[in-house]
Amino acid sequence: MGALLEARAVAKHFGGVKALRDVSLSIREGEIYGLIGPNGAGKTTFFNCLTGLYVPDGGGFEFSGAPLQANAPHQAAERGIARTFQNIRLFANMTALENVMVGRHVRTRAGVLGAMLQTRATREEEAAIRQRAEALLHYVRIEDKADDLAKNLSYGDQRRLEIARALATEPRLLCLDEPAAGMNATETEELRELIEGIRKDGTTILLIEHDVKLVMGLCDRVAVLDYGALVIEDVPAVVQKDQRVIEAYLGA
Amino acid sequence: MKRWLNPRSALGITLITAALVALPFVVAMGGQAWVRIVNFAILYIFLALGLNIVVGFAGLLDLGYIAFYAVGAYTWALLASPHFGLHWPIWAILPIGAGLACVAGVLLGSPTLKLRGDYLAIVTLGFGEIVRIFMNNLNAPVNITNGPQGITLIDPVAFGAFKFSGNSQIFGFTISGPQKYYFLLVALAVIVVIINLRLQNSRIGRAWQAIREDEIAAKAVGINTRNIKLLAFAMGASFGGVAGGIFAAMQGFVSPESFSLIESVMILAMVVLGGMGHIPGVILGAVLLTFLPEVLRYGVGPLQMAVFGKMLVDPESLRMLVFGLALVLVMRFKPAGLWPSPERKRELTGGA
Repeated sequence: MGALLEARAVAKHFGGVKALRDVSLSIREGEIYGLIGPNGAGKTTFFNCLTGLYVPDGGGFEFSGAPLQANAPHQAAERGIARTFQNIRLFANMTALENVMVGRHVRTRAGVLGAMLQTRATREEEAAIRQRAEALLHYVRIEDKADDLAKNLSYGDQRRLEIARALATEPRLLCLDEPAAGMNATETEELRELIEGIRKDGTTILLIEHDVKLVMGLCDRVAVLDYGALVIEDVPAVVQKDQRVIEAYLGA
Repeated sequence: MKRWLNPRSALGITLITAALVALPFVVAMGGQAWVRIVNFAILYIFLALGLNIVVGFAGLLDLGYIAFYAVGAYTWALLASPHFGLHWPIWAILPIGAGLACVAGVLLGSPTLKLRGDYLAIVTLGFGEIVRIFMNNLNAPVNITNGPQGITLIDPVAFGAFKFSGNSQIFGFTISGPQKYYFLLVALAVIVVIINLRLQNSRIGRAWQAIREDEIAAKAVGINTRNIKLLAFAMGASFGGVAGGIFAAMQGFVSPESFSLIESVMILAMVVLGGMGHIPGVILGAVLLTFLPEVLRYGVGPLQMAVFGKMLVDPESLRMLVFGLALVLVMRFKPAGLWPSPERKRELTGGA
């Protein structure tokens, strides 16, 4: 299978801090790809460059054969890249269902005129949005929370809702930024099942995670970042035994 | 749509309609001045609902909203008055006014896209003042706006030979100018309310709300925040433009004085005091803030005479004092507004 995402020498610095130093990696269609590294290694910066929130200072991305435009988050979503955030970013005062419905924005078209006149096309689209959103809530198993405000959901449910909202954009690549952070063993196990299910349904997954056990058990391939540079990119069994990785984590 | 068909809401709608029809004739018993005040209340509902799109739905604090009202008013004034000798019909002027206000909205919106909160408020405030000062000074070298003197003898709203100024006879009834405008304004207000409701529960409405809640997350799910914000400015501004046109026609006179900062502040106060983002609340806010100063104008003088037997405080200053106090009290005890949306109420009162 070919590469879905190709990162070519992506660089980003904040003042004198080099957050990313020419990171090149490639994610294949249909795999679960782990991105790990110590705190401050540049994982989230990489995510932000990929999803258009940051403009890289060098290099770039190619997604399914065409370059990604920098600094255009909504276009990244349109191309099929969805993400969640390390510190959950839901629309706190909207219901769970509305959060997912917002996720359908990029795949729907109704404009102001359609809404004002309530044309047939608009009404049908609106019904389809709602239906799809309900189905997605069911998919992540929080359908009974549909009418709760997002901020009133439990932590684990908020994580699930964020994933449902990302899935609503019909991504080809789903980027999860530390989805297991702050979860207990049961919740992490449930999350693992959810992620595997999403992959089985045809979405490629890029996963940032601190839980090494989860990453090694779940991912097909893993990349390790340290001080903004790529240390290794390989299957978990190899990465685990790599001397540089052990040093990066334990400190040389 | 189904809710409209059940008997209880049908009865409700009938009663409201009857009340709305009777209103201008009832208040006319206190003099035509009160009909005019009612008309202004509806005009302010119009403006407050327009601003509600920008502030309430999209969460963009706009302190220069009156500028769009000014654009609409001057468009009407210039295209339907002896000033340029033009007397265009309503169906031409209102869309032009709305369109120009819309352009002004986009002009204001585009440089301020990256600003939020206080910074946006300052820029919009400046914009509002710029428009007013333009109107004030565009009388030289070419006299466009007639400067501070304003434009007089503006044509009233007219459909063919039917004019909205002066008395006319309909089915043997005498109906006054302000009463005719009342019905026009109510019709327009109903349209605006429906548009607001429909926008709120639409794909665009949700996108506005998402931007208000978390702009970065909104971008990440694929909302083109630039266009959607500009759309909010443009929509809000168009409402202001239409309201301005009707205002000019109704008054027969416009001058830059009518478009001062305090007007923007008042409209914002209506939105905030009523309940930001909640349409019934905004309507309530507009009605209250229009009537309260008028009631006080007529009420505080006699009240002082009754209580103290003489005038202790100049009624005019007492009026604004009481008005200000009322605003402070409402915001102290009802921070989400008098009639907030259920969500917003939870947001401000229910922990988390």
